Amino acid sequence: MKVEIVGAGPAGLYLAILLRKLDRGVDVRVLERNAPDATFGFGVVFSEETLGALRDADPETHLAITDTFARWDRIDIRFRGRELSSRGHSFSAIARRRLLEILQQRCRDLGVALEFGVEVEQLPEADLVVAADGANSVVRRLGDFGTRVRAEGSKYVWFGTDHVFDAFTFAFRETEYGLFNAHAYPYDERMSTFIVECPESVWRAAGLDELDEQESLAFCEQLFANELRGRELFSNRSLWLDFPKITNQVWHQGNVVLLGDSAHTAHFSIGSGTKLAMEDSIALAAALARRRWDLSAAFVDYELERGPYVERTQDAASDSAAYFGRIASYSRLEPIQFAFNLITRSGRITHATLGVRDPQFTRALDAWLGGREVSPPPAFSPFELRGTRFENRFELVESSVAVSPEGRVSAEDAPRADGKLLLRLTHAGRRAATQPRSRGVDLPLADGWAVVAPTKRPYGPFGAIPGDPDEDAVLGAFVAAARDARAEVLELDMAHGYLLGSYLSPLTNDESDRLRFPLRVLEAVRAAWAGPLAVRLSVTDWHPRGNTVEDGIAIARELAAHGCDLIHVEAGQTVHDDRPEYRRGFLTALSDRVRNEARVPTIVGGYLTTLDEANTIVGAGRADLVLLDLPPTEIERSISPSNTVLLGEVRA
Amino acid sequence: MNIGVGLPTTVPGATGELLLDWARRADAGPFSSVAVLDRVVYDSFEPFAVLGAAAAATSRVRLATMIAIGPLRSTALLAKQAASVHGLSGGRLTLGLAVGARTEDFEAAGVDHKGRGKRLGEQLAYIRGNVDGDRVGPSRDGIEILVGGLSGQAYARMARYADGYAHNGGPPRAFASAAGRALAAWGDLGRPGQPKLWGQGYFAFGDQARGDAYLRDYYAFTGPFAEKIAAGNLTSPRAVKDYVRGYEEAGCDELVLFPTVSGIDELERLQEALA
Repeated sequence: MKVEIVGAGPAGLYLAILLRKLDRGVDVRVLERNAPDATFGFGVVFSEETLGALRDADPETHLAITDTFARWDRIDIRFRGRELSSRGHSFSAIARRRLLEILQQRCRDLGVALEFGVEVEQLPEADLVVAADGANSVVRRLGDFGTRVRAEGSKYVWFGTDHVFDAFTFAFRETEYGLFNAHAYPYDERMSTFIVECPESVWRAAGLDELDEQESLAFCEQLFANELRGRELFSNRSLWLDFPKITNQVWHQGNVVLLGDSAHTAHFSIGSGTKLAMEDSIALAAALARRRWDLSAAFVDYELERGPYVERTQDAASDSAAYFGRIASYSRLEPIQFAFNLITRSGRITHATLGVRDPQFTRALDAWLGGREVSPPPAFSPFELRGTRFENRFELVESSVAVSPEGRVSAEDAPRADGKLLLRLTHAGRRAATQPRSRGVDLPLADGWAVVAPTKRPYGPFGAIPGDPDEDAVLGAFVAAARDARAEVLELDMAHGYLLGSYLSPLTNDESDRLRFPLRVLEAVRAAWAGPLAVRLSVTDWHPRGNTVEDGIAIARELAAHGCDLIHVEAGQTVHDDRPEYRRGFLTALSDRVRNEARVPTIVGGYLTTLDEANTIVGAGRADLVLLDLPPTEIERSISPSNTVLLGEVRA
Repeated sequence: MNIGVGLPTTVPGATGELLLDWARRADAGPFSSVAVLDRVVYDSFEPFAVLGAAAAATSRVRLATMIAIGPLRSTALLAKQAASVHGLSGGRLTLGLAVGARTEDFEAAGVDHKGRGKRLGEQLAYIRGNVDGDRVGPSRDGIEILVGGLSGQAYARMARYADGYAHNGGPPRAFASAAGRALAAWGDLGRPGQPKLWGQGYFAFGDQARGDAYLRDYYAFTGPFAEKIAAGNLTSPRAVKDYVRGYEEAGCDELVLFPTVSGIDELERLQEALA
C-alpha cells in the first residue's frame, strides 16, 4: 500500500502519523510546496473535546502539543469602554509553527517520508491520494467533487502581536468610518494572534483598499493601541482577505480523498478550522483501519461520520460570520446584553449552557433584565409597552378575529372581539373563503364568497380571482373592530399574504407606494386604540422577486414611525409558492435584525419549544416577547385531548 | 410508534405471487402498513396496481405509497387511482406523494420535469380540496395524505395540504432534523395538532451483498450517495432494533422497513427481529 499525502499542514501530517501507526507496512509520503519552516497564520485554537480526541489517537503528539499550550478559560469583550468577562470556556492554543514542528518530528520518528518544495501538478501515482493541500487545493481541482466556494463575512486580516492576552478577547473600536473589531488570543508565552475585521463598506470608507501591507498594519496598530498596550503587530503576508466558505458535494473520487480545508472551511470567528482538519484525519484513519484498507468503503464511512458534524459547524460558522458583518447594529445594546448576544451568536451556547459554565455571567444578565440583584432568567423578566406591564416574556396568547365577513379565512371563524391578551385584527384578502384548517390550508370552499386583493391573481391552485377591495369599507371595519376590542395588545395583520400584507409586496401590488393603504389603516387604528399596538409582518417574502429582509426592515421602521409599538415577526406566505426555510427557531434571526436594525420591539415565534430558547432570545435582545409552541406533554395529553387553547384557537 | 413493511416491488426477482403472499403475511403479522415505492424506468411494479391487489389480499393493514411521484401522472387520473385503491381497501390508503428525483422517469412518462413542484401542489389541492369530486369519483374522503421531500417548499406543501410527512430514510438523527422542520412548517401554516411523521429504512438479513448491490443499483442516479445508502442497509436484528429505537425516540409515528432482498424468509426474519 502506497499513500501520497499532498500538503504538510496539520491535517496531512497528522494523517501520516496515524496511518504509520496503524500499519508499518504502508509507505506514506507527504509532499509540500513550501519549506518545512514556512508557515502562514500564527496560532491555532483547540477545544477540550478535540484535545481528548488527539490524546486517544496518538498520546505522544498529544503530550508534546499540550506541553507548549496556552490555556485559558475566559472570554473578554471590550465594548464602549467596558470590559466584560465570561469564564468557563476552556480554550487552548498553540503556535501553528510549533504544532507543525511537533507533527513533522513525529512523522520522521515513524518513518514517514517528508518532501518539501514539491509542486504537485498532476495526481501522484499511489494506491491512496490524500488532498490535504488546503482551501485552494490543487489536487481537488484535478477532480470533480462538486466544489462550491463563496465569500462570507467581512474583510479580515491576520496579524501576530507580542502582547500576550490572558483571555480570548473581542475588542470593538468605533471610528468615523464605522465599527472595527478584533479577535485576539494568546498561543504561547510570548505571542498572540490578532485578527482585525470590518465590513467591506467600512474597509473602503477607511481607504484600506488603497493601503499596502505596512500601511494597513500601522493603521490597525494605531486603531487598537489600547488593546495592544503599546505593543507591535507583526505581519506574515498579512493582507486583507475575504473568507472563502468551501463545501464539496462529495469528499472522495476514485482513490482520492479530501481532508481538512480542501474538503470544507469554517469561518475563523468560531476558531474551528484546524480542529476540524485534525478530527478528519482521526476519522479517516479509523475508517481505513475498520475497513482493512477497502478504500471505497472507508471513504463512505469517513464521509458519513464527518459530513453531518462538519455541516453543523459550517452553519454555526456562517451565522457567526454574518453576525460580525452586521455588528454595528448591536452597538446600542447594553454591554452585558451585547456580550451575551456575542457569546450566543452561533446557537451553540444558550442561556442554560452558559449558566453551567459561568453562573456569575448569567446572574448579572438576569439581574440587569430583572432589575433586581437576584432575578429569574430573562423570559421571566417584566416588560412594559405603552404603559402596559407584562410580568414575563412568554405568556401572551394569540387570538385572531376577522374584521368583516368577507375577510374570514373560513366560514367557521365567526367575527368576535373578546378580550384575549394579544388580539389580531385580520382580513384574509385573497386567502379568504377556504375550507377549515383541520383539512388543509388555502383549499377554496366550493360555495365560497367573493375575495378581494390588490392583485388579480388567485392565491393558490383553484383559488378565486380577487376583486378590488373597497378600501374605505375595509378601513372602517378595522377601526370599528379596534374600538370594540378588549385585549392587552391589539395587532394588525400585515403578514402571510392576507389583505394588508398583500399591499406591501411587489409580488401582489403593482402600485409604487405600497405602504399607502396599510399606513392609512395603521394611523386610523392608532387613533382608535390607546393601548399597545402590534403589527404582524412578513419581514421577507422568501421569493426572488419579493420583499427581501432589508425591505422588511425598512417597512418595520416605517410602521414604527406611524405608531406601531411592536413588530410580530413572520416570514413568507405572501405567495403560496415561496421558498421558506423551516427549522427550529426559524424566525429568530429575522427578529434579531428587525429589533436591532429598525430599532423597534419585536415578538417572535417560529417553533420555539423550550424556555431556554426564550431565555436566550430575550437575554440576547433578539426579541422582547416570544410565542412558545408548547406541544402537550404526556401528562397533559392524558388530561386533555387538545392543546388548542395554548396555541390560540384560530391562528388565521 | 407503528411499524410497517415494504413490499419488494422494486427488488430483483420479486414476482406478483410473492408480492401478494408478502402482503397477506404482513397483514397477519405485527405490521401496521404495507408500502410501495414508485419508479418508471426500472424492473418494478406500478404502485397503485400493487396496492389494488394488496387491498384484496389484506383486511387490516394500511396501504401506503412511500412515496408515489405525483407529477408523473395527470391530476385527475392520480386522484382516480388513489380513490380507487382507497375504495377497494375499505378506506385504508395512505397516499405519500413527492416530486421525484429522476429525469428519466419523466422522459419515459412523456411529462415535463420542469414545473413538477407546482404540479404536485395543484394535485394535492385537487385531491384534498375535493375539486371536481362530484364528477371524478370514487370518493376521496378520508385518504390520508403524506408529502415527502427535503426542500422548504416540500415542507410547506406538506403543512398546507397533507396529514403528515414522509421522510426518505437515513440515520435517526437525519429523521429528527427533518421532523423538526416538518413541525415548524405545520405551526407556521397554522394547522391544528401535529403532522403524522413517517420514516423508512432498508434491511437485508440473508444475502446482504445482494441487498447492498440492489441499493447501489437502485440509487445509481444519486452518484456517490448510493454508497451511503447501501452503507445504511440494516443487516442484523441488532441493527434493526437500534434503528427502531432511534426512530421512536426521534418522534416517528410510523416506520416502514423496506426489503432489499426478495425472498419471503426476509419478512419472517424481520418479524423475528422485531419480536
